[in-house]
Amino acid sequence: MTALIDLKNVNKYYGDYHALRDVSLEIAQGEFFSLLGPSGCGKTTLLRTIAGFEDPSDGTLHIAGADMNGVPANARPTNMVFQSYAIFPHLTVAENVGFGLRKSPSSKTDKMKSVEEALEMVGLKGFGGRAAHALSGGQRQRVALARALILKPKVLLLDEPLSALDKKLREQMQSELRRLQRQVGITFILVTHDQEEALIMSDRVAVMFEGEIAQLADPQTLYKRPLSRKVGDFIGVMNFLPAAVRNATAIELDVAGLGPVTIAPDQAPSTAKTGPAEVGIRPEMMSILFEGEPDRETIAEGIIKDRAYYGDMTYYDVHLKNVDQPITISMKNIIGRPVLDIGDTARVSWDARSLVLFSD
Amino acid sequence: MKSLRTYAILYLIFLYAPIALLPIFAFNDATIIAFPLSGFTTQWFTELPQIPALIDSVKNSLYIAVITAILSTLLGICAARAAAKYTFRFKRPIMGFIMVPLVLPEIIVAVSLLVILLQLGLSLGAGTVIMGHVLICTPFCIAILNSAFQNLDPAMEEAAIDLGETPWSTFRLVTLPLVSPAIISALLISFTISLDEFIIAFFLTGTEPTLPVYLWSQLRFPARIPVVMALGTILVAGSILLLILAEMMRRRGLRRAGLQDKGGFL
Repeated sequence: MTALIDLKNVNKYYGDYHALRDVSLEIAQGEFFSLLGPSGCGKTTLLRTIAGFEDPSDGTLHIAGADMNGVPANARPTNMVFQSYAIFPHLTVAENVGFGLRKSPSSKTDKMKSVEEALEMVGLKGFGGRAAHALSGGQRQRVALARALILKPKVLLLDEPLSALDKKLREQMQSELRRLQRQVGITFILVTHDQEEALIMSDRVAVMFEGEIAQLADPQTLYKRPLSRKVGDFIGVMNFLPAAVRNATAIELDVAGLGPVTIAPDQAPSTAKTGPAEVGIRPEMMSILFEGEPDRETIAEGIIKDRAYYGDMTYYDVHLKNVDQPITISMKNIIGRPVLDIGDTARVSWDARSLVLFSD
Repeated sequence: MKSLRTYAILYLIFLYAPIALLPIFAFNDATIIAFPLSGFTTQWFTELPQIPALIDSVKNSLYIAVITAILSTLLGICAARAAAKYTFRFKRPIMGFIMVPLVLPEIIVAVSLLVILLQLGLSLGAGTVIMGHVLICTPFCIAILNSAFQNLDPAMEEAAIDLGETPWSTFRLVTLPLVSPAIISALLISFTISLDEFIIAFFLTGTEPTLPVYLWSQLRFPARIPVVMALGTILVAGSILLLILAEMMRRRGLRRAGLQDKGGFL
């Protein structure tokens, strides 16, 4: 199957500023795809390039097999939900949603019917007659969605659509967007700086830094096996420990605080060499052993420097022996497990399978 | 605090007392402008339409004001739109020079225009007054329209294009409706400025005086002064009405776009 969207070696310059660096990307029909990165990483520029609001300086873009070079935004099979929603304030909700149908040859009753359907799809049935400027943030977002989906585009582009909503509403919209995408089967491309949002919603995520795609993977791979320290640091929380690679083929290393370890090839980059390196480990991949819990093989000793109680979880900063930086360990607050105090000694158990080696 | 309030009140009296005298003497039953008032009359107002030269000057002024309002608003739309949407070399100095006539002494503008127009061999008349008025009204229009275009979310136009509209239909369907209150406000303000303007009109008007120029010429005849007062009263009332209308349009525009009011002319 050929990709629905196919970008090859796309570059974008603004004067001397290199906004997109040699981006190549294939996105399949029906995929929920996210572009994730900090502000200024080029993710919005990439989205706007697909929409036709920016022209790539070089490289090619195909949508559904058609070359998009020279095709203006109003002729592309894409529609966009803008960060500000861009709801036309001088029109009613129904006029906003039906805006894209203005040039369609179908009859007025057919158009009204599709507006009604679109509004029902986003849960705004009966809102058609309202003035658009009187809507709440969440309602605007739904109107923007209905307006973009009414033309049945091949690709729906979403530019940080949830960033203006409060936490509760955002979480609700995340699952609604996901449900809607499954329902309509249209390819969604979401731009976000929120790594959690990208992990929750996407089939695949492209992590971007400084105009480049640093890693493109499904959420689980991205979280478990980040390809670089930067990606590991950006997605969730990750502890980094200095290490020395003794044998690059069998992948034997000495990790500060943890001791000698052997890891599997998929935990290390193919370019791993002997010498100094770094390993990453997630806070929940280590645990503090409490009294009465059985001993494990791999144990490190440490002292609790700080703790943060989150209700369901407690995050501890633990100083391991012979390690300068404290590491973060998260523990679920299950029945019978005490919350430790600052200054307590902690026996930390860990597993070699949860380590990731970085050579950058 | 107290002295500040006294100052403000004195200042307002200084500013508006002469204007307040206009209607008082316009309804006073005497040809001499002095207290005590001798009685109430509407005679001066009924005399107004019986002076043909006056009627001609009103027609002339209205014609000039309408054309000036349309031209300077059109120029203002182009400039404000360009300033909001594009970045180009020397943008700041260009915008600055366009705005300069706002503070340039009108007598300087009038004299230099007169010299140039005569050098070019153009005959003075309504056309030359319009030129001068467009020059001083355009900066006001730009100032009003600029904030409307700057407040316009660029995503609005992009959204319309994304939904299949051409750049022109986008301008017509989205941009214009959203800035239309500012356009009406600019039309009204430039109309008012042109209607009231004296110095440029005085220099460039030729043989067909505008209303302010006619009024000035009548001041030489003491008997006519109450009539001038009556006319002045109508002019002041009309100007205030137009400015209130313009400000209402500006606020309506902000509400429509769902924006906070951040000042304005009134």
